[in-house]
Amino acid sequence: MLDIAVAYNRYKFLGNEFLTWLWFMIETDQNRLHRYDPDLVALNIGSRLVLENTRNNAKETITIKGEDANLEEGLLSLKKGAVVTEIHLSYKSGAQHWQFSLKGESLNISNLKMPETGPVETPEDLEGAVIEKAYLMKKVIGLVNNLFSHFVKLRVSDEWRNQTVSRIRKWASS
Amino acid sequence: MGLLSSRISITRYKVSGQLDGSVHETVYQKLKQHAMPKIEEDGSEAIVGWTSFENPYAPNFEGYSFVFGAYMVFAMRIDKKSIPPKLIQKHYALEIAKHLADTGRHFLSGNKKKAVKEHVVNTLNRRIPATPNVYDLAWHYQEASLWFFSNLKSANEAFETFFIKSFGLQLIRLFPYTTADLIAGLSSGERDLLLKLAPSQSEE
Repeated sequence: MLDIAVAYNRYKFLGNEFLTWLWFMIETDQNRLHRYDPDLVALNIGSRLVLENTRNNAKETITIKGEDANLEEGLLSLKKGAVVTEIHLSYKSGAQHWQFSLKGESLNISNLKMPETGPVETPEDLEGAVIEKAYLMKKVIGLVNNLFSHFVKLRVSDEWRNQTVSRIRKWASS
Repeated sequence: MGLLSSRISITRYKVSGQLDGSVHETVYQKLKQHAMPKIEEDGSEAIVGWTSFENPYAPNFEGYSFVFGAYMVFAMRIDKKSIPPKLIQKHYALEIAKHLADTGRHFLSGNKKKAVKEHVVNTLNRRIPATPNVYDLAWHYQEASLWFFSNLKSANEAFETFFIKSFGLQLIRLFPYTTADLIAGLSSGERDLLLKLAPSQSEE
């Protein structure tokens, strides 16, 4: 395995490309996402999308905020060579709903809002609450791991170079 | 950032290595050994220690109270003293004036000034209470996975150092490369391709 600090910086691009691919998949191929996660009811872009363009030796950051925001400016940035560096997602599985942000360079989860759990009123409630929270967190972490694993397998395959990149470009230009 | 907060941040780790003997007993002993001291007796700028998740200001791990099903849940507490620079400046000036008056001299050497400043900082550190910061974590020993409930760089770095010191186990932070290498289930051929991967833009 590579040195951890070197690997973190060298592979930031992989996380950003993952988020870019994820946005593309959400918009164009929900069926495949359902195949990746059979429990998935819906996965959508939430209230924030951050893109970064580092082409031409300049760094340009585009942040799109707000519920049901128009993402056209993001598509325009993609067309110019930007990648998604942060995404806010809305995830529904069964009757439950999660919202969270995912950062490309670290794959860190932040601002995770989970389905409601019962109140903790007595010390006896605590154990159940912790186990329930852990289960709900594991669902989100499992989703991220699952999607990222499919992405990485695609990313190292010929399919990525021969088909996926041009499909993403076509979508961004549509 | 707490496990039961309404909004949570998670940094994911893989734990490398195994503990000797009974897991719960070993963790209990290590938590006790490296627990947050109850009395702030010294002038240290920062103290790090393990504490209970459910009661972070009175650490108690008796009866394996940190075990919740398959998870071990506890917290790292960092008590940090933060002295405003202007306060140091004021006490330093007063102390220098006192030294000059006591000795009848007109100036102090560089070394003496340094010693006076250290004395002032230590004295203020003893008088000023530390601000506690508590970071929960959940460790699934069987799955060798650990969730640390903060994305703060300084907190994660302090946690990684303190965890290794306490338990003698390495933590591998899960970011794109390590997730691809350890979680994605790549074949050895795919792993080789991963090592050669470059950003798509530069491949055009």
